[in-house]
Amino acid sequence: MAQMMYWEAIRRAHDEELAHDPLVIAMGEDIGVAGGTYKATQGLYEKYGPERIIDTPISENGYTGIGIGASFVGVKPIIEIMSVNFAWLATDQIVNTAAKVRYMSGGQLTAPIVIRSPGGTAHQLGAQHSARMEKVFMGIAGLRVVTPSNPRQAYGLLKSAVRCEDPVFINEHELMYNLKGEVPDEEYFHPLEGSEVARPGRDVTLLGYNISVHWCLQAAEILAREHGIEAEVLDLYALSPLDRAGIRASVARTHKAVVVEEAEAPVGVGAEVMAVLNEECFFDLDAPPRRVSAANVPIPYNHALEKAAIPNARDVVAAVLGLFPGRNN
Amino acid sequence: MNVMPGYVREEGMSEQSTSLLSVTDKKRLLREMLYARRFEERCYEAYVERKIGGFLHLYSGQEACAHGVLEAARPGFDYVITGYRDHIHAIKCGADPREVMAELYGKETGSSRGRGGSMHIFDVKHRFMGGYALVGGPFPLAAGIAKGIKMKGGEEISICFLGDAANNQGTFHESLNMAKIWNLPVLYVCENNLYGIGTRIDRSTAVLEQYKRAAAYDIPAGQADGQDVEAVYAAAVQAVEHVRSGNGPYFLELKTYRYRGHSMSDSNAYRSKDEEREWLKRDPIQILRNRLIDANALTLDEFKAMDREILDQIENDVVKFAEESPEPAVEDLEKYVLAENDPYVHGGRQ
Ligand SMILES: Cc1ncc(C[n+]2csc(CCOP(=O)(O)OP(=O)(O)O)c2C)c(N)n1
Ligand SMILES: [Mg+2]
Repeated sequence: MAQMMYWEAIRRAHDEELAHDPLVIAMGEDIGVAGGTYKATQGLYEKYGPERIIDTPISENGYTGIGIGASFVGVKPIIEIMSVNFAWLATDQIVNTAAKVRYMSGGQLTAPIVIRSPGGTAHQLGAQHSARMEKVFMGIAGLRVVTPSNPRQAYGLLKSAVRCEDPVFINEHELMYNLKGEVPDEEYFHPLEGSEVARPGRDVTLLGYNISVHWCLQAAEILAREHGIEAEVLDLYALSPLDRAGIRASVARTHKAVVVEEAEAPVGVGAEVMAVLNEECFFDLDAPPRRVSAANVPIPYNHALEKAAIPNARDVVAAVLGLFPGRNN
Repeated sequence: MNVMPGYVREEGMSEQSTSLLSVTDKKRLLREMLYARRFEERCYEAYVERKIGGFLHLYSGQEACAHGVLEAARPGFDYVITGYRDHIHAIKCGADPREVMAELYGKETGSSRGRGGSMHIFDVKHRFMGGYALVGGPFPLAAGIAKGIKMKGGEEISICFLGDAANNQGTFHESLNMAKIWNLPVLYVCENNLYGIGTRIDRSTAVLEQYKRAAAYDIPAGQADGQDVEAVYAAAVQAVEHVRSGNGPYFLELKTYRYRGHSMSDSNAYRSKDEEREWLKRDPIQILRNRLIDANALTLDEFKAMDREILDQIENDVVKFAEESPEPAVEDLEKYVLAENDPYVHGGRQ
């Protein structure tokens, strides 16, 4: 198994899928000649040419619609939207066309596109470059939403998303492109549904996705070391459809749950997971489940305010300790 | 502004020949347009009887547009996409009128298995790629289909029919720009019926002649009288030829008028009876009929017989089929949301 960075894993998946099928294309702003804002398509323009590695104008809704139209006739576009903040402009085509066309055509047409986009709060980018949009897309029937927490998932999820007949939104993260991890040397297709136990434990389930999986893992370390609490970390790499069975199985073992999300709480991933916990795990729970979420504010520029808006491992530890009254040193 | 029939022929635009179609073709086109009119008027009745629900946008008055353009193209081979006023485009592409009517009735035998309705007719086997309800939505989809055609090296072209008011959407500008820079084989047809619902074009749009707007993207454009199917055909022959020969996109504006309200809930209060009467004098079916009669190629009796035969077919074949077809099973509510049994959902081959 090779160690590679998140961006290298995404680039490798692009390269393999472009080589596998001449109808796979990549499109987006600055992905070609410039090599991609996060290098996810570096060198591919030189290798596959301008007809397949397409530098688009700054027309998010327009080029997303063009990708969808091309997918109607057999093309498999991988569309990069430079930042999820700009994906708001493409929600018309993503939601009104890609997600609905299979249904409203009675199964005649599908839009097998992949949209990749980094979400999340990076470092002091301000309110209009710090959005988290996964909760918007996971509420749309007909759209799959996945979100890799490590290079192996980033590679394997993109591979499967390209091959899958459904439109898939891949929520990446601005701060994770340089994250290192193991990726299988052989070709690997990651499931688009399910969840993974990132760390087993018996006392409490921490449910995270994308960057919050890392906060959960750090929190689990601290909890084990300083408080003798063994936390299980469940990585919800698939947000839609959500792995209800996986959530149920973990909470049936631990009897306690904390959901950790980078986004604001209202109508969010955490809220959806809470609904699953309530509907399916009610009698397994020993304590009311908790959410750890971002403050419900447009993300501020000031460093200290920004830090205060976004949760971290210490917030997760505090939430868990709240479920263990005796150990609240 | 002048809302009466007629169109401006700009300097430099070629005088269109109207003798390109044979008498047999013209008679067939007359029958198709009359069929379209009778089909739409029968939809009106079914709507009043509450057999058809939702929004219903009728094409009466605009028949020469879809028929003239698609006569010049290769329906069933070329890809066609449009908005919500879509029944007749689908039928001209080859869709079975019985399936279109069954769709309006919400039946399992409908073009979209009763899941789409009037605004979402799809017939992919005839390359009718759908009716879409968001104004301007199909502009980029048509360009994308053209991108796919180009990659696969096909002879097909992509044809997008939309209204005049749709040209004020961002997708119009984004799509025309990209269609031009990527030299895509797409024909944009603007059916300019002077209104977007109840807003007359001069109240919403800075440039009244829609074909002029294509110049902003260096796309060649033409304009034709959308009430005269032969004029539409002649203009479309040039347009299709341009696109199919690999010269990139083309924009064709057709000056037309819809007789009915925007949809069934519209009373036309925003336009005068005078205006409506003037346009009725330029009825596309009458124009062609009279021309054929004047040329001794058709008699009035023959025309009336044709009409009776069409009415009979619509009633006893098309409507009957829709009436007698089964509803979709409620157990199938969640079918067609996502692909069934896609192996990559579970990680591919293993
Ligand atoms: C994005 C969007 N905005 C508004 C509407 C409501 N609407 C439906 S049709 C229409 C007018 C469109 O006029 P035009 O493009 O000229 O086509 P026509 O109906 O005249 O054929 C409007 C405003 C819509 N369906 N979609
Ligand atoms: Mg109009």
